[in-house]
This record gives sequence, C-alpha cells and structure tokens, in this order.
Amino acid sequence: MTDAPVLTLRGIGKDYGRTVAVDAVDLELRRGEFVSFLGPSGSGKTTTLMMIAGLQTPSRGEMLLQGRDLGPVPPYRRNIGVVFQNYALFPHLSVAANVAFPLQMRRVGRTEMARRVGETLALVGLPDHGARLPAQLSGGQQQRVALARALVYQPPLLLMDEPLGALDKKLREQLQLEISRLHRELGITVLYVTHDQEEALVMSDRIAVFNDGRIEQIGRPQELYEHPASRFVAGFVGESSFIVGRVTSAAANRVAIETAHGMLCGHPATSLAPGDAAVLAVRPERVGISEEAAGGDRNVVHARLVEVIYLGQSRKFMAALPNGEIITGLLPIALAADDLAPGQTVDLTWRASECTILPDH
Amino acid sequence: MNAGRLWRWLAYTVCGLVAIYLIAPMLIVVIISFSSSALLTFPPPGFSWRWYQNLVTTPAWRESFTVSLEVMTLTALLATTLGTMAAVGLAGRRTRWLAGLRTLLMAPLVVPQIVSAAGIFLLLDACGWVGTIRALVTAHTVLAIPYVVATVGAALETTDPGLVPAALTLGATPSVAFRRITLPLIRPGILSGLLFAAVLSFDELIVSLFLSTPRTRTVTVQMWSNVFGDIDPAITAIASLILLVSMLLLGAYSLIGRRRGAGSVVMPL
Repeated sequence: MTDAPVLTLRGIGKDYGRTVAVDAVDLELRRGEFVSFLGPSGSGKTTTLMMIAGLQTPSRGEMLLQGRDLGPVPPYRRNIGVVFQNYALFPHLSVAANVAFPLQMRRVGRTEMARRVGETLALVGLPDHGARLPAQLSGGQQQRVALARALVYQPPLLLMDEPLGALDKKLREQLQLEISRLHRELGITVLYVTHDQEEALVMSDRIAVFNDGRIEQIGRPQELYEHPASRFVAGFVGESSFIVGRVTSAAANRVAIETAHGMLCGHPATSLAPGDAAVLAVRPERVGISEEAAGGDRNVVHARLVEVIYLGQSRKFMAALPNGEIITGLLPIALAADDLAPGQTVDLTWRASECTILPDH
Repeated sequence: MNAGRLWRWLAYTVCGLVAIYLIAPMLIVVIISFSSSALLTFPPPGFSWRWYQNLVTTPAWRESFTVSLEVMTLTALLATTLGTMAAVGLAGRRTRWLAGLRTLLMAPLVVPQIVSAAGIFLLLDACGWVGTIRALVTAHTVLAIPYVVATVGAALETTDPGLVPAALTLGATPSVAFRRITLPLIRPGILSGLLFAAVLSFDELIVSLFLSTPRTRTVTVQMWSNVFGDIDPAITAIASLILLVSMLLLGAYSLIGRRRGAGSVVMPL
C-alpha cells in the first residue's frame, strides 16, 4: 500500500462566472513527496490548493485523499494541514493555545495535548515561546508557529500557500532549508505553492509548472530545467533566450530549424515535423563568445553586444541579433573578458546538444 | 509676560468658558434636584432629599422608571443580537444587493425621528400594540440596530478574514469557529453596540411619545407630560437619575476601552 498515492486530482477545475481560474488539473502525489506548484500569479495554483483544502468548491473533476473521495467532505473533516501566506494565527490566543487548537477540535486529552504542543514547538525551534501572543513574535517566528499548528495533528498532507512570501530574502532562505529538514525528518507529504522558481528548485522533489489554469509540465527540478517541454516553462524556470524558426529536418534527438540567422540545431522537446513553427531555447550559462569560427556540433550566430553587467562571480551580457532577438549569456569571471563592451560585434556559440527546440504556438 | 504665554492663557480661558457652557445646564439641574424649595429656584434655599423621596413615593415616576429600565434592557439585548447577526452576515461581501440591505439597516440614522415615529405608530397601532412594552422594545430596537451594525461592522473590518478559513482547516466546524475565533475578536464592538443601544433606548422621547399611553409610558414621556402640568423640582431629580444612568453606561464603555486598548473600542459612525 506504500505506493498508493496520498492525493489524486483528476480533471479538477474551477470557474468564476465565465472566467476559468483552473482549467483541468491532474496530479498524483506519492507518500513523502514534496511537490511545488510554481507559476505566475493568476495561474490557478493557489485556487487548486484551496480546492484541496476544501475552502473552494471545484466546478468539475475529482479529488481523492488516500483513496477517499474528498468531494462531499467539508474542510473541517478533511484532516489536511494548511499554512497560509499571512500566517492566520489567532491573535487572541497564546502561541501554545494556537498550536493546541486543532488538538482541542480532535478532543485530545489534556496531558497528551500539552506533550504534543511542547514537542511540536520544539520541532520548529520555539520551545520557550508558548506563553507569548502571536503579535509579540517576528514574522519568521509567526510562520514557524503556523507550521507547528498545521503539523501538530500529523495530517497525511500538508498544504503551504506561499508561506515565505512576506519574509525577507535571508530569512526566506533559512526557512526553506528548515522546511526541507522537517520534510525529510517527518516524512510528510507536502504541496507547496510559490511563484519563486529558485525556492521551488531548492525544496522540491517535483515541480508542477502552472500556466493559465493548467499544469504546463511536471517533473524533477533538473528535468524541468534541462528539458523544458514548452516555451513558457523554458522562460519561467530559470532564464532562456529564444530564437524563432521553422523545422527543416527532424530526427529523434536532433532537429534543425531555419532561422533569420541561418540554420540552427538542437535537442527536440517533443516530436516535431518539418514545416512546424519552432523556437530554440538556450540557457545563458551555455552561451559562449568565440573568436574562431566553430563548426560541427556548434550553433553560431552573429550579434552585437548591448549590455555587459559585472555580477561578481560572473559577467552577464546581452547581445542583439540583427532582427532584434536578444541572447543573454553568462561568462564565469575566470574567463577574463574585461575587454567586452557594448557596441562590439561578436560571434555567440553553443552546443546543439545543450539547447532545446520547442514547438512555437 | 510674552506673547506665547498670553495666547496660552487665552486658550485656557476660552476652553474653560466652553466647558462651563456645556456643563452648566446639567450642573444646575443636579443642584436644583437637592433643593428644599417647592419651586424651581436657583440657587436653592436649602438642601433636602425630598424630591428623590417624591420620586419613590409617586407611582407615576416609579412605574415609568421601571418601564424605561425594562425597555432599555430588552432593547439592548435584542438590538445587539440582531445587529451582530446582520453585521456578521454582511461582512466581507460586496454584492450590490447586500450593499442595499446595509443602507436599509442604517436608514433609521438619517430618517427624521418624527417620520420614523409616525410610521412606527401607524404600523404598531394597526397591530394593536400601542401602549405595550413590546411596542416600545420593537421600535427602540429598530432605531438601535444601526449603531450595533456600525460598531460590530467596524470590529469585523479590523479582524483578518483568513482566520475562520484557517480554523476550518484545523477541524473547527463553522459554529465552533464563530464561537472560538470571531466572537472573542469582535467582543469590544459588540459591547459598545450594546451600550449605545441601551443609552439610545433610555433617552428616547419622540417615538416613545407616540407609543405610550397613560398606563405604560417611559420616564422621558412622563417628564414631557410633567413639564406641562405642575412643574416642580421632581423633574430635576429624575433628570439627575437619567444623567446618572447615562454616565454609568458611558463609564462602563470607557472601562472596556481601557482594558482592550484604546484602538479597539469602536465609536459608531
């Protein structure tokens, strides 16, 4: 039974009047997995999370929690933990009373309750803060309390809705690592909503990229980064530069497209046929500047530098192609390139096997 | 003496005069209520409790005072319950239909009281209720509801709308979430609404005039009719008592304020 999914979504959707907030979402969440919903605001990720929590009613589709249909179950009987972006701590109750609240709802005995509240507060690093009021804590501490409150009843699934969105960068990174630690130690199953791709890459076993109310692609972080399935994913997860063109020849692992800058080759994301509109996507760290004409496996385009930015450990440059398309590149500082300056014309080059050819709609 | 000090003294003097102007009428009433004279003279010739004794021994005063207290208590409870339910129901929803409903609930504040009074009289007269406690309670409740809706509504606006959904996910049914989370957070607003409703009912004259009969009348109506008869310092004694009740309610109100912190006590409107 360990392989049975904790959560199954089948064609879940939500309409507000005539606008479609969530189109159709399919997902299987395995036990102990940490899955992020990543997408821009309005892409339907939070709405999907709220439907799982029971705070929004789906317009269509089916949800199963440990094989049980969630449709007729009200939120207070779902036994799912939820951590909200603004913490939603009860301001009139002490930290300990906040954490005890879900246990009181479950009629846990007094001594058992005190023990579990103490343990859980210690787990999130606030063992001595039980008597305080939420307003007496910092933002980061409040979010730890919210986390403790959602963990204390050991729900089979923990939902987190941009829990670190209101915190500054340093604290956010620290809490990311702590949430990852809790996930590993407790073996909990987590669904985590974020619009921060770095956060998603750091924490997740799998990332579901949301766009326009659908999951555009779901996969391991490395898979998404190295093999994006669509132009949207290539642009949203990490950075990519794009060159549009038309497929001239297509093999299983090599596609050639005709572009305004000549013939370019790359690895196909999906099956493409000659004549299809396509777009080449290349990561900045794959783009190099070459003096000698490279041949064979390499793509080469002629471009003019428009911007060179010193970043400390690397140098970022942007170069314009004759038709206005912009290629962004990242050079390690060790490759002494101090003489690069805007206005220079350069040959940009990258391996065909290190760029992706995507269908262009 | 420099110009700054001169201005300050001038400011103190003006403030003092305004304060005297505001307080003097009430002060004179209270002083005359302890007069030993049978006439409304100021300053009174001597001190006595006779007008307070007169209040207790005169059935008309005693009964009307009891009616007022009864109507006040029932009105405060009823208006607070209904007003709180309305405010909670209206909170956080922004449809045009509900905005209209809210305006309707607040209408008694802007409709001239004499118009409300005539309308309420015609309606309750048709029901045969005129001259009953329940007529006075019904009418006062209608007038007091806007105050409760305003104070509770303001308290609700300062509470995070995400708390109840959070409570639901933690296993609280909607009614438990209301009792454990919403209610404690809006309690200051409910209490101020309750006190405002009580003061409104206790001081109300115009609507009460329409609904009172010689057998069942509020103390304000009894005072009104007394002014046209043989006026004596008894009326200042009852006025002082009303002042005392109002001040006690106001004192209770500021006590809530002090305990809850100045920010959370809500004035209507």
